[in-house]
Amino acid sequence: MVKLTINNKEHQIDVDIKMPLLWVIRDSIGLTGTKYGCGKGICGACTVLVDGNPIRSCSTPVSFAEGKSILTIEGVENENKVLQEVWEDINVPQCGYCQSGQIMSAVALLDKNTNPTDEEIDTAMSGNICRCGTYQRIRNAIHKTAELTNNKTVAK
Amino acid sequence: MNKIQKVTRRSFIRSVGLASGGLIIACNVPSSSEKGPMKRAFNGEIFEPNLFVQLKDNGDLVLTASRSEMGQGVRTSLTSIIADEMDADWNLVSVVQAVGDAKYGNQNTDGSRSVRTLYETMRKMGATAKAMLITAAATQLKVDEASLKTENHFVIDTTSNKKIFYGDLIKEASKVNIPENPSLKDPKDFKYIGKGLKSVDGADFASGKAKYGMDIKLPDMKYATVARCPVTFGTVKSFDKTKAMAIVGVLDIIEIPKIEKPFGTLGGVVVIANNSWAAMNGKDALEIVWDYGDNKSYNSDSYTKMITNNVHKKGKEIRNDGNVHKAFKNATQSIESTYNLPHLVHAPMEVPNATAWVKEDNTCEVWAPTQTPQAARKEVVDFLEVEEKDVTINVTFLGGGFGRKSKPDYVVEAVAISKAINAPVQVIWTREDDIQHSYYHTVSAQYIKASLDSEGNVTGWLHRVAYPSIASTFAPDTGFAAGFEFGQGLVNIPYQIDNVRCENSKAPAHIRIGWLRSVINIVQSFSVNTFVDELAAKAGKDPLQFRLNLIGDDRIEESNSGYHFDSAKLKNVLKVAATNADYGKQLPEGHGIGIAVHYSFFTYVASLIEVSVINGKLKIHNIYSAIDCGRAVNIDTIKAQMEGAAIFGMSLAYYGKITAKDGAIEQSNYHDYQMIRINQTPKIHVEIIESNAIPTGVGEPGVPPIAPAIVNAIYNATGKRYYSLPLQDHELV
Repeated sequence: MVKLTINNKEHQIDVDIKMPLLWVIRDSIGLTGTKYGCGKGICGACTVLVDGNPIRSCSTPVSFAEGKSILTIEGVENENKVLQEVWEDINVPQCGYCQSGQIMSAVALLDKNTNPTDEEIDTAMSGNICRCGTYQRIRNAIHKTAELTNNKTVAK
Repeated sequence: MNKIQKVTRRSFIRSVGLASGGLIIACNVPSSSEKGPMKRAFNGEIFEPNLFVQLKDNGDLVLTASRSEMGQGVRTSLTSIIADEMDADWNLVSVVQAVGDAKYGNQNTDGSRSVRTLYETMRKMGATAKAMLITAAATQLKVDEASLKTENHFVIDTTSNKKIFYGDLIKEASKVNIPENPSLKDPKDFKYIGKGLKSVDGADFASGKAKYGMDIKLPDMKYATVARCPVTFGTVKSFDKTKAMAIVGVLDIIEIPKIEKPFGTLGGVVVIANNSWAAMNGKDALEIVWDYGDNKSYNSDSYTKMITNNVHKKGKEIRNDGNVHKAFKNATQSIESTYNLPHLVHAPMEVPNATAWVKEDNTCEVWAPTQTPQAARKEVVDFLEVEEKDVTINVTFLGGGFGRKSKPDYVVEAVAISKAINAPVQVIWTREDDIQHSYYHTVSAQYIKASLDSEGNVTGWLHRVAYPSIASTFAPDTGFAAGFEFGQGLVNIPYQIDNVRCENSKAPAHIRIGWLRSVINIVQSFSVNTFVDELAAKAGKDPLQFRLNLIGDDRIEESNSGYHFDSAKLKNVLKVAATNADYGKQLPEGHGIGIAVHYSFFTYVASLIEVSVINGKLKIHNIYSAIDCGRAVNIDTIKAQMEGAAIFGMSLAYYGKITAKDGAIEQSNYHDYQMIRINQTPKIHVEIIESNAIPTGVGEPGVPPIAPAIVNAIYNATGKRYYSLPLQDHELV
């Protein structure tokens, strides 16, 4: 039995502890927002946050996440709703498939760096491939989210 | 003329499974004039759309998208056209995805033709609905229709200012006869067309709720992977399943045969498991002895040498205007160049996959990310030997398509496995399967020779091409390419030259060849655009002005496609892109600017690209593209497609190379078939030319100018020309 905390909810699952976290999340828990892209940690489609750090769930055994806090795309609305709204507002996604992973990487970045430069965005986001080529809008969306979030913080 | 039928509510509900009723209109449109061979056409498929509007009594407007959503925003653009003509409130619109069914007309989501071929029909769909609502309101209000107007989901009586909500008219409107020719809006009154509506699916994409193929979960569904022969069309000789069966979660190992059809499955050894991971591990643990078959001798390196030799000899005549040989003889100077481009693969982020359930009564339901739900249905019907009504193809979101998902081989595979194991099954291709068992963009060799007179004018142009044809996937291979391939930038070069000759040299296929975003335009735009740049240098002319002169006089070249080439539009996109790039400005040391222009899918695109090559390493700083695609239905989507096309073009220019050794594909995943990433992304500037002309293609035409513009920019920066891709082979990236 593996005990996992995903999006603040606890799950007890009977799986091989070597099974990658991706397949536990998708096949055992049934949260399908996290995607399979390459199976080798190269493309970032499977990115989730474990204790706030972006990891490639396709190549991370589930045992690594035991006892830690896992955040998937389904939990982002409680963490950074502004970012999701900006993503939608400036039409970042094309096919949308890689966007869960992109958003998870962006959430982690903005959590640590409230006002990233283009270079900092590129560094944080370069592990996520988008075959549709939405990168320019991803940069814009991260800047916009930072701006909205920082303004809100100032207003408080 | 379009024939519009009234469909009863009952039959509509039965056919698309909607639970609640309302005003339902079906619109059958027979094939248009767009058929037969076309000089500039992508292909000549039949155009038979059939679309639905459903208005509920609470005002909810459910519009059906008959084409597949793969990132091009088609669910939004097609439905926004209906909503605009209908004067509907966009906030009340929701979109349902059509299943694969001929009643919708052609559903093939390819060839950059969804908006192009459905624009008028969609307008008519909305206009018909609106006309019926007006008639209903006239009856209800006991006034003349002439005093009524529509606005944002209301019919308004202009004399009394009484308003009736669309939802309150459905009963009366259902009694109205469908008008034959409802009047269409004056384009100046468009409310959604020409604007940048957000995607109807944006919120689902940003929250992980959108369902792609692999997100389908059925009760008792099994997961399957397939080990296919590394050599195309090879077969299983024998296999040992002991190790695979020992893996926890693996349930069974079976063999499925190859199906000898264009979209048939390759066959192989199937691992059935109770989770995806076990299915993948099981596949790795299989021990299989293959019969590699005839394609074992395919080595893309030696093959490229062979077809390169072929283009250095006389080929089959495809076009012959004037006399190039005479022009070459009389020339002041002439140049010749040879080009080699490798195979490419689509590598959409979502691998091919399909979920199939063949039930005990042999009826079948499929859920798949497919660009061609009707072709998928036909293949399944043929395989199961059942009737069309017994097979339902549900179209999920596509995690990218780029032409890969135009071929439903993976759908048939899932159906074959479900039938064999008598259970619902989801077949997942690993990334390695996707890279190694695709329908590849062709490998090519090209030779161009041209002559210049004493004033630097081009007098003769000879272009020879050799590439395995897409036609080889569908019919016995002749070794020669097909007319639709020549029409993508070979025989229809947009230049005014008196003596032009095009030839095709032999290139038989040894792997499955298929469409990839913008298809042979990639190949022919590369050679033509880089060669013209070389010619300009040889003539001592500015490359922009040289191109404008070569395009020549303002003229319309008529085409039986109904889309006529307008040379002024091509020159215009060049000028606009050049202006936006501030062409002619002083560039920093090590920087260069390159130009390319291409007409494809009836759309005019020019790209100017600014690069630097410093310490031998390429960096792209800015891409300026201008597109004339007729009336822009959704400007934000068009911009997005052009931005995406720029990245797609950069990926193929930097890294795109699939090679075969002893018949097997050598690349396997994103580490050796790389993609452009965000840290390499330049600033991409897109200008859409305002136009009242009929809409033309958008999804693909942005790709062909990118690679040649980069190569021309490298020349501008360094003085060095490249005649082959990818640039990684030249150690520039």
